[in-house]
Amino acid sequence: MKMKNSVREAIVGYSFIIIWIIGFIFLTAYPIIMSIIYSVNDVTIAGTGIKMQFSGLANYGVIFSSAGSDYLTALKEFLGQVILRVPIILVFSIIIALLLNQKIRFRGFFRTIFFLPVIISSGPVISELVSQGAAGENMMSSLTFLDSLQNTLNPVIADPIVTLFEEIIIVFWFSGVQVLLFLSALQKINKEIYEAAAIDGAGPWESFWKITLPSMKNIVFVNAIYTLVLLATYSENGVVTAIKNNMFSITTGYGVASAMAWAYFIVLALLLLIIVLLFRPGRESDKG
Amino acid sequence: MTTFIIILIIVFLLVLDQVIQHEKRKKNQIKNGTYKETWPKGFINRIKYFFHLVKNLTWIKVKKFLIGRKFNDGFLFKIMVYTLLVSIGYVYVYPVLYMLSTSFKSREDIINPMVMWVPTSLYLDNYVKAYNVLKYFPTLFKSTLITLLPAVIQTIVCSFIGYGLAKFRFKLKKLWFTLILLTFLIPSQVYMIPKYVMFNSLNLLNNPMAVILPAILGQGVNSAIFILIFYQFFRMIPKSIEEAAEIDGAGPYKRFFLIGIPLAVPAFITSFLFGFVWYWNETYFISLFLGDKAKDLSLQIRLAYFVSEYSSLYSSEETALINEGIRLAATLLIILPMLIVYFILQRWFTEGVERSGITGE
Repeated sequence: MKMKNSVREAIVGYSFIIIWIIGFIFLTAYPIIMSIIYSVNDVTIAGTGIKMQFSGLANYGVIFSSAGSDYLTALKEFLGQVILRVPIILVFSIIIALLLNQKIRFRGFFRTIFFLPVIISSGPVISELVSQGAAGENMMSSLTFLDSLQNTLNPVIADPIVTLFEEIIIVFWFSGVQVLLFLSALQKINKEIYEAAAIDGAGPWESFWKITLPSMKNIVFVNAIYTLVLLATYSENGVVTAIKNNMFSITTGYGVASAMAWAYFIVLALLLLIIVLLFRPGRESDKG
Repeated sequence: MTTFIIILIIVFLLVLDQVIQHEKRKKNQIKNGTYKETWPKGFINRIKYFFHLVKNLTWIKVKKFLIGRKFNDGFLFKIMVYTLLVSIGYVYVYPVLYMLSTSFKSREDIINPMVMWVPTSLYLDNYVKAYNVLKYFPTLFKSTLITLLPAVIQTIVCSFIGYGLAKFRFKLKKLWFTLILLTFLIPSQVYMIPKYVMFNSLNLLNNPMAVILPAILGQGVNSAIFILIFYQFFRMIPKSIEEAAEIDGAGPYKRFFLIGIPLAVPAFITSFLFGFVWYWNETYFISLFLGDKAKDLSLQIRLAYFVSEYSSLYSSEETALINEGIRLAATLLIILPMLIVYFILQRWFTEGVERSGITGE
């Protein structure tokens, strides 16, 4: 009887999630496998459908030839951006969350403002704002050090920094969700810990480093990953637009574009690994 | 000018803060019976009392006021917090303010360096042109439809999946969980090409079903996040309620509809709103899967093609003169529906993130 019950429960459980499993197989797993296959084949579109000819890693080689130069520069640019922007977004959103966590008037109003970009920032809107100079170029143009930076440093290092400052507002705009997640983590920290620390002579500064930050370790990890995914899937990101362009290009096509997509994924997986190694929450860390 | 206004706002907030604090203290003292009026009646007496206070001002009192007991309850700290909040807040909404101001500027106003924020006249021509190019209302209607449908479907489907994961024990659950997380981590751009080929052979390209089908199967935009939100929510429903219903003879589906759904209304609202916003702002896959039709079905894509659409409607001389006023008017028209939704329902957005339970684990 008991056995029967657990089987019945499993059947009911699966009946709830079966739709996801079907979707996963057809719309995620199958395309993932096919795109790996595409990436090692020479894919041509014939009248009857898709024709494939195994070509080994040739498609990946194309990335480094002249046909893949757009993609490669976009990828380098993306890497520079991620390395700069993920830490900046994290630090920025912690600061905002700390400010919003103080006893202040109009807290709801400020929270509304800092979450606003999540609502309105779509690819076309942001690119329109950047191209029409609403992204803070005017504010930052007074900073002459950017020019000197551009003139002295290697462009590989200087370019990401200069674009960072030119689009600083947009960079901040990517932190709406993270601010709220940090804020709710802050509100869950037990106030008594701070009081105990204050009795022991800890000032606000020590309390922040010794209490606040360690208890937000998990959420820093979550936010770092969220930020990376957000930047990686952003629709105006140069890499994903390059993949799309190569998909319909005569010289490259589906095979090369799939190889590019997978090369992109490998880069992202490495970045993810770095985040995991840096911010991995400890097993014994206190929960809740 | 702008700096002046920002400083004014900060001062206003600080004064307001002090006044409210004072009132609160007064109220408390009245309640405890310890309140006594310190300021004497009459204007002259008040000035006298003020000088009396100034004369008796000691460094310790000033220090207590400025720094407080622990620094973060003093006035200096307040100044710091408000200054940072207001100035960062200004930087944050700068693009929106810029958009708003520029979209009302005529061509002369844009060129004129003297006109900073307030245009010389209320100039609506930018909006008229942007409205015409975007074919605003017909496109808005279709755009809303193509956003609303997947958002609603996705919310319902994800609630179903979340309930199944939260309430039943079965084998391989860990595996499905890992895979759900993976669908969030692997950018869908990585495997979009076979998807495109597949939709092509199923005749789903240039068809709104290409957007709706993934939502039906729980593979829509950020579906993984919604599944997790529902999972967290349903797990918090006490087992005893479910067991009581089970004893009364309610089957698992009945329990989902009669207990699960009513108790998870906040999760439904949050998921729907975020789904709505994310579908509204999604452009990459809409433009890929809907191809030529995307321009007519989505306002966002129409914005991306603004210049070419403009030239098909106006003469080439006119197109050459297209300026940021018109383009930002169009941008504002596109974010306007979301702005309205947000300002009406903003608590559901911000508190939804906090209640989502992502931070709890």
